Amino acid sequence: MRFKIYRYNPDVDKEPYMQEFVLEHVKPGMMLREALIELKNQDETLSFRHSCGEGVCGSDGVNINGLNGLACITPIAELAEPVEIRPFPGVPVIRDLVVDMSGFYKQYRSVKPFLIRYDPEPEVENLQSPEERDKLDGLYECILCGCCSTACPSFWWNPDKFPGPSALLQSWRFLADSRDQAMEERLDALDGPYKLFRCHTIMNCAYVCPKGLNPTKAIGHIKALMLKHSV
Amino acid sequence: MNIPVRRFDTLILGAGGGGLRAALQLARADAHVAVVSKVFPTRSHTVAAQGGVNAALANVTPDNWHWHMYDTVKGSDYLGDQDAIEYMCRAAAHLVYELEHAGVPFSRLESGRIYQRPFGGQSREFGGAQATRTCAAADRTGHAILHTLYQQNIRARTHFFDECFAIDLIHDDDGTVLGVLTMDIATGEPLVIEAKTTLIATGGCGQLYRTTTNAHINTGDGMAMALRAGIPLQDMEFFQFHPTGIAGKGMLITEGARGEGGYLVNKDGERFMERYAPNVKDLASRDVVSRAISIEVREGRGCGPNADHVMLKLDHLGSDIVAKRLPGIRDTCKTFMHLDPVDTPIPVFPTAHYAMGGIPTDRFGRVVMPSGDSPEEVVPGLYAAGECACVSVHGANRLGGNSLLDILVFGRAAANDILGFLKNNRYHRPPNQDCIDKAYERFARWEKRGDGESVQAVRADLKKAMEDHCGVFRTEKIMQEGIDVIKAIRARIPDVRLQDQSKVFNTARVEALELENLADIAIATMRSAEARQESRGAHSRIDYPDRDDVHWMKHSLYTLEDDTLDYKPVRTKPLSVETFPPKKRVY
Repeated sequence: MRFKIYRYNPDVDKEPYMQEFVLEHVKPGMMLREALIELKNQDETLSFRHSCGEGVCGSDGVNINGLNGLACITPIAELAEPVEIRPFPGVPVIRDLVVDMSGFYKQYRSVKPFLIRYDPEPEVENLQSPEERDKLDGLYECILCGCCSTACPSFWWNPDKFPGPSALLQSWRFLADSRDQAMEERLDALDGPYKLFRCHTIMNCAYVCPKGLNPTKAIGHIKALMLKHSV
Repeated sequence: MNIPVRRFDTLILGAGGGGLRAALQLARADAHVAVVSKVFPTRSHTVAAQGGVNAALANVTPDNWHWHMYDTVKGSDYLGDQDAIEYMCRAAAHLVYELEHAGVPFSRLESGRIYQRPFGGQSREFGGAQATRTCAAADRTGHAILHTLYQQNIRARTHFFDECFAIDLIHDDDGTVLGVLTMDIATGEPLVIEAKTTLIATGGCGQLYRTTTNAHINTGDGMAMALRAGIPLQDMEFFQFHPTGIAGKGMLITEGARGEGGYLVNKDGERFMERYAPNVKDLASRDVVSRAISIEVREGRGCGPNADHVMLKLDHLGSDIVAKRLPGIRDTCKTFMHLDPVDTPIPVFPTAHYAMGGIPTDRFGRVVMPSGDSPEEVVPGLYAAGECACVSVHGANRLGGNSLLDILVFGRAAANDILGFLKNNRYHRPPNQDCIDKAYERFARWEKRGDGESVQAVRADLKKAMEDHCGVFRTEKIMQEGIDVIKAIRARIPDVRLQDQSKVFNTARVEALELENLADIAIATMRSAEARQESRGAHSRIDYPDRDDVHWMKHSLYTLEDDTLDYKPVRTKPLSVETFPPKKRVY
């Protein structure tokens, strides 16, 4: 199987280039992560992040034939050859497939991604009905891989101002939590031309999310809540 | 060599659940805390824990901490320290409530309280009916807990050094631990982080084995750092094989699948656990179930064309239960096996999962080692918690749901003790320059150029050797050969060379440092296993099939520098209740 992989090492390369690799033995059911590990055995200088190998840690997001995804849960049998692997678009490259995610994490922090309560703490758990808890399904599973935000044109243009689909999904995760008591401050923080309303429902985020989550839908819920709240 | 230095009150190595729980406690107490992690915190392997965390909340069936304690002592095959186990089980409920207050999205019961499911080895009234003790967020409990703890650390403004690799501990002339030499992975530059205390919370070492539920990063870095600092590792022969890894691939299928009503069958469709554990069947302790599967396969009752696995059946549970309670493993089965457990059984086989052994600590998280007449002298300034530590609450076999509990309880306990230490030790001490030079040498050694073997070749041989010589069933001969093989593999490492000599995000160099760590832990594991002439918990010897409480109810301590084993007694006296004396272990 043939691969073309983006290579750039600022130590030695003046500019990025695509390197061709051939994987001789394609095992049945092989995932892209295993293929990259095999290719690294051919050329140890190929750098990429990876860890759990089962789509839960969110380390190995890359751009695969033009689409963002997790290498460890992408079967290579389904990919057109030569398989083109590039780093996430729109974010600085550190080396090869490794990108600088610090802007993405900064936007995550900006939405106060933690439960805020003002009531005194009870001596046991806060109660939450199964129906209230169901509202967090499709939200709490986000693994912060960055596939969505780095596929979002609004995030490409304004990575320093627009929180991006991942951070906005996190914001809704807390707005939707019956236990959270900071709705007003969360909504206030998302008002303005570069925040919530910079989402133009292009829906790349939902299309690429490897966990099947839908940030556009979450953003729609926040917009509806904001509207309801302002009238 | 002029290495830059950063100074903090207190340093934590590792950003999994143990490290983050400790960091939260310290940051909230206004200590200046630094967390060093070789990956971004939410990539830590706590994220992969599925089934849940044990606490006797009694939300579903009657329960109390004392029953939980009994189950844990029995599960440990009486090698667990009963003071630490009592402490853990008593703290459990409070810590789970705290997590809920912090925002963990636990699944809920109709009453609005936290959902709990039955897990293996859980009983009511000291060995009676099945208990329901495992608090769960569907089958993504580790993910839910790790993300929440990270989020609360953001709120507490903990200082993180992400993608920073810890190389070796540094100390002063008296042996007080004073921090660590690190490498910033993105730039390849060394950095000394000095602190008045250092907590090792670096997790497990499942990469010792070829087929493992563990992530690529689980290379036992902290355990190996301790070994090289002259600290022994305790009970390393006890390595848990999870009964239900996906056969041949290793992805974890949670014990919660059996807790929700799933069961195992052999090629005849027989529910074979009825023969091995007549009372609790598929919810026996993990060591018992793993042995049963291995025996079924060995005796020719395995499934598939090679008769090399058994089947886990969930197809009788209905799609609602699977979708609601086990969505994560359903995804995993679909992705990797192209099967839906709602209608098709899952092929499973015991898979390397968890190190019960580790850096010896007391129940305050302080690292202890033999010194003079005392078997447990505190190493000043050094703490350990979680899978890299051995308190020992898991003894010879850990119960499912007790590892998330362990990291919470002892991460917090260590932080509380650290706060006391900081009060009495207000100023930074000067580190010993020789130990910094020695750590730097280990780091710089990988800049040697030339031809040599690759890291990958040696690592593959190491993992194969551990699988062949230190698996579910063990014998004298297999393990003696194993020691020779591991020693031969270790001898090859000085001749390994890196072809990648770049400083920028050099993952080959990280893997080289990890290989050295794995090699140190492999010999500790192999030597401890070979020496223990009995079967207890996860350590099953064909040539010594019985537990021997007269000679072997004691903890092993392996020291690397002189390649020796020492032993210390089990702490059988709990804090406030009667001792649970060893009994024959039946499920």
